[in-house]
Amino acid sequence: MALSLEHTEEYMRDPRKHQFSPYADNGGTSIAIAGDDFVMLASDTRLSQGYNVLSRNHSKCFKLTSQTLLSSTGCLADVLTLTKILEARLTNYAHEHLETMSTTAIAQLLSTLLYWRRFFPYYVSNILVGFDEDGKGVVYHYDPVGHMEKMTYCASGASVTLIQPLLDNLVGGKNMKDGRTTPITQDFAKRLIHDGFVSAAEREIATGDGCTIYTITKDDVTEETFKLRKD
Amino acid sequence: MEIIHEHQPGFQFDNFTRNEKLISQGIKMPKFHSTGTTIAGIVYKDGVVLGADTRATSDNIVADKNCSKIHYMQPNMYCCGAGTAADLELTTQMMSSQLELHRLHTGRQVPVVAANRLLKQYLFGYQGYVGAALVLGGVDKYGSHIYSIHPHGSSERLPYTTMGSGSLAAMSLEEAKILVRDAIAAGITNDMGSGSNVDLCVITKDGATYIRPYEVTESKGERQGKYEYQRGTTEVLKVYYKPIEIVSETVTPTSPPTDEESMDTA
Amino acid sequence: MNISRQLVNPMLWSGGPVPGEFYEFPRICRKTESDPLKHTLYPSTSGTSVVGFTYKDGVMIAADTKGSYGSLSRFMDIDRLFKATDQAVLACGGDIADYQFIKDVIEQKVRDDECAGSMKVLDAGSLHCWLTRVLYNRRTRFDPLWLDCVVAGFKAGKPFLGFVNKIGMAYEADEIASGFGVHFSLPMIRDARDKKSELTKEEARKLMRECMKILYYRDCKAHHKYQIADITAEGVKIDVCDFKKETNWDVAFYGN
Repeated sequence: MALSLEHTEEYMRDPRKHQFSPYADNGGTSIAIAGDDFVMLASDTRLSQGYNVLSRNHSKCFKLTSQTLLSSTGCLADVLTLTKILEARLTNYAHEHLETMSTTAIAQLLSTLLYWRRFFPYYVSNILVGFDEDGKGVVYHYDPVGHMEKMTYCASGASVTLIQPLLDNLVGGKNMKDGRTTPITQDFAKRLIHDGFVSAAEREIATGDGCTIYTITKDDVTEETFKLRKD
Repeated sequence: MEIIHEHQPGFQFDNFTRNEKLISQGIKMPKFHSTGTTIAGIVYKDGVVLGADTRATSDNIVADKNCSKIHYMQPNMYCCGAGTAADLELTTQMMSSQLELHRLHTGRQVPVVAANRLLKQYLFGYQGYVGAALVLGGVDKYGSHIYSIHPHGSSERLPYTTMGSGSLAAMSLEEAKILVRDAIAAGITNDMGSGSNVDLCVITKDGATYIRPYEVTESKGERQGKYEYQRGTTEVLKVYYKPIEIVSETVTPTSPPTDEESMDTA
Repeated sequence: MNISRQLVNPMLWSGGPVPGEFYEFPRICRKTESDPLKHTLYPSTSGTSVVGFTYKDGVMIAADTKGSYGSLSRFMDIDRLFKATDQAVLACGGDIADYQFIKDVIEQKVRDDECAGSMKVLDAGSLHCWLTRVLYNRRTRFDPLWLDCVVAGFKAGKPFLGFVNKIGMAYEADEIASGFGVHFSLPMIRDARDKKSELTKEEARKLMRECMKILYYRDCKAHHKYQIADITAEGVKIDVCDFKKETNWDVAFYGN
């Protein structure tokens, strides 16, 4: 009798409990640098979860309009949803107003979308790049719940703690006696992004495999890629 | 003062209760370096081949790009380690000295089983808190052995052949090395906790050869810029000279050490 | 309340062997259970890894046929892979009930399309995109479908392989695995690709068999019988394979 009781119990008992977490960290690092007549956005191409590499060829940059690019890193599930909503809103706007939305307007829209989920946030670090009303390159940086800051350069994602001080010093001219005097050129920005990623891949395990740099000018968006270490 | 200097064998647990309380109040304890790690070992025709990657991490940051994870135990025995870096380093060092004492005491080569037993009993005593996962390999008069030892003190003896890779008795040294290399390289490229180079250690009855590095699987990207700063880039905010009054000057001539003295330090 | 709990001496396993968690008896409760604010969601009967990769002519995916209940081998002949259309196959790891639910929904969807006279067949790209929204929606409502989905097939005439999991995390890649497959199969497939970038059908089939075999050796919830779907421009072909006779457990007797 006791045996049969225990036997039925085998099927009645709770299966092993799992704690459900709606978030995941999928790594990813981005750098953005703006100049007077251009702006650059770059991200690495590794998609990871835990210690596993899920994809070596996964760019985190999204082309929103011909003049505005977005890079989103963090929880990929949220990244996909956020960018889908954003793209839908942009399409709607384009159909209603017969023109593409300006970078500044998209910047505000993104902030609003993020704050809309204030108490169940999108676990995403965003950088939005484009041109401001005066036609100067501009970078917007966001926190996960919609705080927005306009700047000329910034890093975000897994290696932000490694790259941001480098940019502060070399682009922002921080902690130097005379600061920075010369304007940012495309060559300089590209070199810095390249070296920033090479160095981050050396010391940060979620950064690597490859890197894509987008350069936006008034005329077009160009894309180039280079390899990073795979380990 | 005497109490402070009194020697206590083993770990000190004086602050354990205090720390538990602090943790429960939300204090963050320091993070330890760990060796995310891929390690492997196989038995082949004439001995064993051990292999390891060389990355040590602290969270998501690479703490050491070229650390050595194959530790010396005895001339006929090496030990690969994964887990908390400090535990591995110190555990293998302690066991190595114990084994050496054992060797001197018995006057013969220490068998690999002895090292296995010593390590597992030590680890069992600490109930997994000494975070060392080991692959022990060596050759003695009983043959070639690979032991896998877990942090809680369990261990098993294995040939560590990759499934279906053919008869290991017939495996040549070169085949064995390539097999271990492939295993470690798979870890280096596919596991973010492992990285940098492949180290190998080949042990036969004639002794051990430590190959470090055996292969550099990934090369470092080349930086395009040069990052040097002009002298004076860091601004001098305040200069203050403190006058030093010289009261007297003495010169003491020193002579080079004699041969006898320098021998003593060895 | 919970009668079954009282029947067993709770001391028997409490504080039991957490090390490596060898005793995965389903009764073991995680400490979060008593917290009423936290939803504890879990899979019941579950399937393990799914492996998939693209090759010269198309895409191949495979999943074994075991349904596990905790660490109990409960069902040996479960299907975890089905043909949605001629251009899309879905294979799932995770909760079998959720898989069967989503399978019904998809099959109904395909029928609806057919009845509505849709000229377009649901392709793998569309199915993948649809799944990302369904799964993300469920996770946001804290009522997830406990699945790791691998979608294989064609998207606009090109081979397609995509992944979606229970939180809506999705990506496309040339090799995808879930569960233990991430640890064992992905390195094997990447190695094979490093040696030869474009695999033929025979090589792909052999590689898949090897992947499933390694999983069977090392994943205690894997099975020797598996379904394999081969999706090419000609359509979908699903086979059931078994390699039980090829396995070799000599290693268990080493040193004895």
